[in-house]
Amino acid sequence: MNGEIEPMVGRYVHVDIGGDMHRIYFEENGSGIPLVCLHTAGADGRQWRHLLTDRELTKNFRIIALDMPWHGKSNPPASWNGDEYQLTTKRYTETIRAFCKALKLDKPVVMGCSIGGRIVLNLAIDHPAEFRALIGLEAADFQQPWYDTTWLNRPDVHGGEVCAALVSGLIAPQSPKATRDETLWAYKQGGPGVFKGDLYFYRVDGDLRGKVQKIDTAICSLYLLTGEYDFSCTPEDTRRTAAAIPGARVTIMEELGHFPMSENPEQFRRYIAPVLAEITKATASPKQGVHA
Amino acid sequence: MTQAPNADAVTQAFSDIPALLEAAPALQTRGRFLDCDCRLGPMEQPFFVSIRAGRIVEFTAQPSLMRSWRFSYRATPLAWSGYWKPMPKPGFHDLLALTKRGEAVLEGDLHPFMTHLQYFKDLLALPRLRQAKAAA
Repeated sequence: MNGEIEPMVGRYVHVDIGGDMHRIYFEENGSGIPLVCLHTAGADGRQWRHLLTDRELTKNFRIIALDMPWHGKSNPPASWNGDEYQLTTKRYTETIRAFCKALKLDKPVVMGCSIGGRIVLNLAIDHPAEFRALIGLEAADFQQPWYDTTWLNRPDVHGGEVCAALVSGLIAPQSPKATRDETLWAYKQGGPGVFKGDLYFYRVDGDLRGKVQKIDTAICSLYLLTGEYDFSCTPEDTRRTAAAIPGARVTIMEELGHFPMSENPEQFRRYIAPVLAEITKATASPKQGVHA
Repeated sequence: MTQAPNADAVTQAFSDIPALLEAAPALQTRGRFLDCDCRLGPMEQPFFVSIRAGRIVEFTAQPSLMRSWRFSYRATPLAWSGYWKPMPKPGFHDLLALTKRGEAVLEGDLHPFMTHLQYFKDLLALPRLRQAKAAA
């Protein structure tokens, strides 16, 4: 509708991460349980824009989507000396915890997709008591690589074109053209080497095989949802991961791929709304499962 | 029960690609900086394809002996028939999904393929449009 202004608000918060001050951009809407949303590798918080404007879900959740440093409107820190960007498990974990602390969030729910789904597993391993519940989309302890990431950042290949073309195949064919194109647009806009640097965490540093067994879902509930068309993190990868975690809840989402919240928001809502309703209910009655 | 893919049908569908590309000006524009000789098609007998400025100028199933090519993308009849379904099943919906599952092989100098990755994905998906229209 002409003149419509969407209800989310975007602001910057200054966050000390490992001794370096970062200016992190985030958008939020709603009130209630804090729900921090993590974007996929090489993208930014715009992937969550449909969830951020959901009238029903924002009645019970303060939905917050941040741009990770180097992504979207969160610039590299002033201290960056130009070295190759490489996301590590340690740095990613520090960033999320520092962001939540800076916003003074009380036991937030964290929902992450792809690399965000992987780091959610690490939060469940090392810091479960800090979170109300954890949701991993397209998450697994490890996935088999399917291309050489050196193609993502070299002067004789257009980075935006190749990043978008690579991930285009991870979107389900049923997803609407407009939301498919919007999902890919973020990949065409990423900074040089950022997608590749994120995948350092995904491919090299963040292998959680043999570690997820430590997750105690009695301390913090864990939900894993994966799209049937995701051939990067396959449903089998997620099921294998969950099989090692007693109490982990798995949902395989039909007609969705690697970017459920942005490639087909309506279809994604069918799956995520019941999960959030369960978390709301458990928060109101803590003894029923999710520890508030 | 899934019908066994027909290799002749795959070859016939490939033969339609040059004409389908001629009717796809946006795809030609996407490939306007692409000059490349490559092999595309069935695993056993791929087509030799010459592309100049995004347009196919030669497309033959019986190439002359000892012709050079930059890269090759070959796949099984099962892969091609699955890729061209109006609504492909998971794992059959992308060229690199097919390589990951071992139904396709990508070889050679991959630079022209990677610089024009979306072009090749869309080029090789052109028979899908024809199958979708036939099914409508």
